[in-house]
Amino acid sequence: MKILVCISKVPDTTSKIAFTDGNSKFDTNGVQFIINPYDEWYALVRALELKEANGGSVTVINVGLSENDPTIRKALAIGADDAVRVNANPADAMDVAQQIADYASSNGYEMILTGKETIDNNGSQLGGMIAAILDQEYVSNASKLDMNGSVATIERDIQGGKEILEVEAPFVLSAAKGMAEARIPNMRGIMAARTKPLNVVEPSGLSNATEVISFELPPAKGECKMVSADNPGELLELLSNEAKII
Amino acid sequence: MSILVYANTAKNEVHKSAYEVVSYGSQLAQKTGDTLTALVIGEANNIASLEDFGADKIIHVKNDSLSSFQPTLLCKAIKQVASSEGSNTVIFSHDLTGKAIASMYAATEKAGIVTGAVAVPEVDNGFIVKKAVFSGKAYAHVKINTDKKVISVNPNSIDKVENKKSAETSEINVDLGVGKIKVIEQKIELTDVPLTEAEKVVSAGRGLKGPENWGIIEELAKELGAATACSRPVSDMDWRPHHEHVGQTGVAIRPNLYIAVGISGAIQHLAGVNQSKVIVAINTDAEAPFFKAADYGIVGDAFEVVPKLIEAAKAMNISGN
Repeated sequence: MKILVCISKVPDTTSKIAFTDGNSKFDTNGVQFIINPYDEWYALVRALELKEANGGSVTVINVGLSENDPTIRKALAIGADDAVRVNANPADAMDVAQQIADYASSNGYEMILTGKETIDNNGSQLGGMIAAILDQEYVSNASKLDMNGSVATIERDIQGGKEILEVEAPFVLSAAKGMAEARIPNMRGIMAARTKPLNVVEPSGLSNATEVISFELPPAKGECKMVSADNPGELLELLSNEAKII
Repeated sequence: MSILVYANTAKNEVHKSAYEVVSYGSQLAQKTGDTLTALVIGEANNIASLEDFGADKIIHVKNDSLSSFQPTLLCKAIKQVASSEGSNTVIFSHDLTGKAIASMYAATEKAGIVTGAVAVPEVDNGFIVKKAVFSGKAYAHVKINTDKKVISVNPNSIDKVENKKSAETSEINVDLGVGKIKVIEQKIELTDVPLTEAEKVVSAGRGLKGPENWGIIEELAKELGAATACSRPVSDMDWRPHHEHVGQTGVAIRPNLYIAVGISGAIQHLAGVNQSKVIVAINTDAEAPFFKAADYGIVGDAFEVVPKLIEAAKAMNISGN
């Protein structure tokens, strides 16, 4: 089974969020970049587990410039067989989806996995777009994935619960918590990652459907109003009379 | 021209998020001079109520192929309706349904899309949508350059605003074919309020010391009419079920009231809750980072403070029971 896993490079979860150039660009100064956790912990690791159980291959794909290579190498260290980087600076998820769909359609994958969202854009867009372009089914926010031949049994999050469904490959899926446990790359994996193929391909045309004009930080929180532990009832009075939410 | 809003249903009722997106669409339509059409798919008893929030027209689609999860067919149905209505702009809620179909629909239409919108677009200088990014730690203003546009609106970020219209409801047939996804089973959690939809949430962390101590959290939640949640370590240790984990890698929520008991307030936890309207932190450690993100705080032992809160809530009869 050939599996393609889409990985995005995002700021580490503890990064200070700040902007430069008149609030038009994310300030990368001092920021550590990681693989988007949903892509790594859930999509990639589940893909590796399926490969270990059923055979096949796991390819990771990223759309970005060469500065992304160390992040992509980490996915190889965790266990992906090879990697593809589409050499482009995408404007939005539609650009990323088009590049990945183009690559996938000429290479034939039974399954394309993404994380349910990236922790920087919080878009939840990529998987649905790739599926639409390739005319495949899309299952979003999946928390379990099992394969039986070419049929996948998937559990996905729905309002207030879970839903279990079956779909035949090929399909696109976005992965959420529950699908797998994060893996820490070992020394052998890190060494092997150095020599695994990271193929750079040139992009097809990029669109300009959306563009970020500016960023904005939320207004600073006011002082936290302290209530005495001896009289917690006062808290409810404040929530009722001042905040007016109970 | 008409703006099309996809109005979600649940349990045979128009869902709360539908009123939010209709209110959102209505405010956008006033800016652009368009009319507003609400699309309801499947059974719902109170469809006509959408006219109270600004829908000029309501389209009701009933189709057996859409009785279970079929995102491809759902997109096809929306496309047929958008085309017959001449709608270039389609609006969804950024809930689990919106996440399943909005971007798929946008790609089939080659429409520019912004998901997680938190404000009605500015239209004077291009079409610019404000959205939450970096897990609620910032906002981006995103310009959509295409004629066709798709927006999904973060739940609980737009107030529903009454705007009474008199809308006719028309039932429309769509031609879809058979879906390829086979739904085997649905497991709905037997909680009174699903966490993502709860207006109030009481959450607890390692400060509770063990799963056997969650009784006071559940009781406080009950007295406030709130859902319960927990921090990541608590769900990792299996003290509480995974679906209760709120934070950057769990569920992101934005209730009106979030009460955090015995949670220090790590940046990853705050990322999942920082869009709550009012945050209360209760912690023994006066230096806990949560107090910097909170509106109200109590420094004290959860095992003393929470029971007193429960008594006070009972005395005020907040739950109305």
